[in-house]
Amino acid sequence: MSGAARTAELAAQVADFFYLEADLLDERRFREWLDLLDDNLTYQVPIRRNVARNMLAETENTRAGEGALWFDEDKITLTKRVLQLETGEHWAEEPVSRVSHLVTNVRVVGGELPLVETSSRLLVYRNRVDTETDILVARRHDTLRITDAGPRIVHRHVLLEQSVLQPKNLTFFF
Amino acid sequence: MTTLDAGPATNAPIDPYAAVSADEGVIDRSIFIDPAIFDQEMEQLFARAWLFVGHESQIADPGDYFVSRMGTDSVILTRDAQGEIHVLLNSCRHRGMKVCRYDLGNTLQFTCPYHGWSYSMDGTLVSRPGELFGVPQFRGAYGGRLDRSQWGLVPVPHMYNYKGFIFASWDSDAVSFESYVGEFRHWLDSLSDSMTGESAGVETFDGVLKWRVRANWKFVAENFLGDMYHAATSHASVEVAGIGPSGATGSRHGLTSAELSKRRARQHSTSFTVLGHGATDAADEERDSPVFDGHPELTEYFAEQAEIKHDRRVAQGRPLGAHGPATLFPAMSFHASGFPRTVLVVHPISPTETEMWRWFVVDKDVPDNVRQWLRHYYMRYSGPAGLTEQDDMENWNYATDASRGTIARRYKYHYGQGLGMNHPAAVAGATESDSWSTEENARNFYRRWARFVAGESWQQLMTEES
Repeated sequence: MSGAARTAELAAQVADFFYLEADLLDERRFREWLDLLDDNLTYQVPIRRNVARNMLAETENTRAGEGALWFDEDKITLTKRVLQLETGEHWAEEPVSRVSHLVTNVRVVGGELPLVETSSRLLVYRNRVDTETDILVARRHDTLRITDAGPRIVHRHVLLEQSVLQPKNLTFFF
Repeated sequence: MTTLDAGPATNAPIDPYAAVSADEGVIDRSIFIDPAIFDQEMEQLFARAWLFVGHESQIADPGDYFVSRMGTDSVILTRDAQGEIHVLLNSCRHRGMKVCRYDLGNTLQFTCPYHGWSYSMDGTLVSRPGELFGVPQFRGAYGGRLDRSQWGLVPVPHMYNYKGFIFASWDSDAVSFESYVGEFRHWLDSLSDSMTGESAGVETFDGVLKWRVRANWKFVAENFLGDMYHAATSHASVEVAGIGPSGATGSRHGLTSAELSKRRARQHSTSFTVLGHGATDAADEERDSPVFDGHPELTEYFAEQAEIKHDRRVAQGRPLGAHGPATLFPAMSFHASGFPRTVLVVHPISPTETEMWRWFVVDKDVPDNVRQWLRHYYMRYSGPAGLTEQDDMENWNYATDASRGTIARRYKYHYGQGLGMNHPAAVAGATESDSWSTEENARNFYRRWARFVAGESWQQLMTEES
C-alpha cells in the first residue's frame, strides 16, 4: 500500500472512531465511552478570551496546567462525572438532555504510529426539558493511540468557540 | 376541595417593602421576575452599592487592564503609568462605543474604534488618568473648542482596595467601604489572607469563568448567603462522586459524615441585620483542616498552615472562623478560606437572566503541588463544568421559569425557616442562628434589598429599620 493510501485508511479509521464515540455519548453509554480513554488521558477545554491581536498567542486561551479552564482533568475525574450522571439525582441531567455530537473536518495531522495526531470539528447540540437548547461548536485536537482493540484517546484539547459560555452548564462531554 | 390563599391578581407597581414580608416569613415572587423591579434594582441598588470589580493581581503592571462589569455597565479596571488603580466606565463620551472590547491586556491609551477619541492613562500627559487626550481634527473640525478635561472616561466616584480585592461604587454619597462592610470584614479577611493568615496573601488564577444562566440574580446571592438547606438535596449526586480532598470517603469539602455532624452541631449562620451580608458560619467557628485521600503531604501542609494561622489570629485577638460560603450584599459571593476558595459575582442581565463570573483564589507563595491540587479541585467543584454547581444552575433556572406563571406569581415564597430562632452573634451588627440551617440570612438580605430598591438615603440605610 502506498503512503497516501495508508494515510487515507488511517483517516477513515480515525473518523469512524469519532463517530462511534459520538454514538456512545449520545446514547448515554458512558461506561463504554470511558473504555475508549487511555488511562493517562489528559482532557483540556480552556477558556477563550478577547485579547489584542499581538497578545493572541500568549493569552487568547487559558493554559492547561496553569490557569482556570472549563476542564483540565484526567480519566479519574471524567469517571466521577459519569458516576454522578448515573445517580438519578444529578438534577442538571434529570430529566436527561437530548444530546447529539456531530463530528466533521476529520484530518490526520501528524504523529508516529501507534500515536496519531488528529484535527476535527465538533458540533454539540443539547435540548432539555422544553425549549432549553444549546449549540456549541468546537475545534478539537486529539492524540490517539492505535491499539489492537482500536484507537484510544490519549490527549484531547478542545477549543470552544465562545468566550462567555452561553449554556448554563457543561453536563455533557466533548 | 382545598383552596390555598394567594396574593391578589394585580398589575399595580410593586412596593418593595410590601413585597418583603420578612417578619411573616414570606416574600412576593414578583421581585424575581418583574421588569419594573429589575429597573429599580439597577438604579437604586447596583448603581449605589459597593461592588467587587476585580483583584489587583489581574493588573499587576502599569497599563494592565481587566474589563469588568458593575450591574449592567461595562467598566475598565486598570493601572495607570504611575501604578495607581482606576475603575472607569467603558463607554466613549462621544457616541458611547465601548473603548475596550478586549477582556484583558495592556495599554496606556484607550482609543475608541468609532471616531478615534483616545483616553490616556499616563499622568504625565493628562491631568487625570482616563482624561480625553486625542481628538481627531481637534483644530479643524472643533476649532479647538472642546474642553478635553470634561470629556474623559467617567471614573467611579469611590474605589477601595481591600487587601488586593478592588471594590467600587457609582454613588458619590455612598458610605465608606469599611462602614458598608462592617464586621463582615472578617469573612473578607479569610478570603484575602493567606492560609497562614498573612494579610493580602492571595492572588487569582489566570482566567475568569463567565457564563449565562436564565435565572434571577438574587437566587445566586441568596444561595451563598446562608442557604445550607439546599445542599443535602441539590448536591446529593456530587457526594456520590466524591470530589473533595478525602475523595469518596468524605464530602465535597473534605469531611467525613462524622466530621460533618460535628460541624453541624456547632455551626451557626451569621446574618448582618442592617447591612444585609450573610455567611453560613460564625466568626469564631474554627474548622479542622481536611484529611487528604492519598496525599499525606497535603494533609500535613494544610494542617501546618492552619496552625500558623490559628496562632497568628489568637495573637492578634482576631476570630478563628469566618470561612463562608458568604455573600457581601448584594452580589459578591465567595468561599473564603480553603475548600474551595473562589469568588462568584452575579451580573444581572434581565429579571430572568444573569451572567456569572468566577475567580479562583490561591495563596501567592503556595508550593506548586498544592497549587495544582487546588486548581483541579476548584475546576471540578465550581462553574458550569463543576460537579457541584451544575445542579445549582438547574434549580435557579427552573425556579425562575416556574415563577413567571400568571397564577404562580400570586403565591409568595416561604422564608419562614428559623423565625425567632436566633441569638446575638460573635461579632457586632449581626445575629446568629440557633440551628445550622436558617432563612434568617435571607430575610435580612431582602429587608436590606427592599430599603435600597425603595430608594432610602444612605443615612436611612445605615440605621435600623424604622
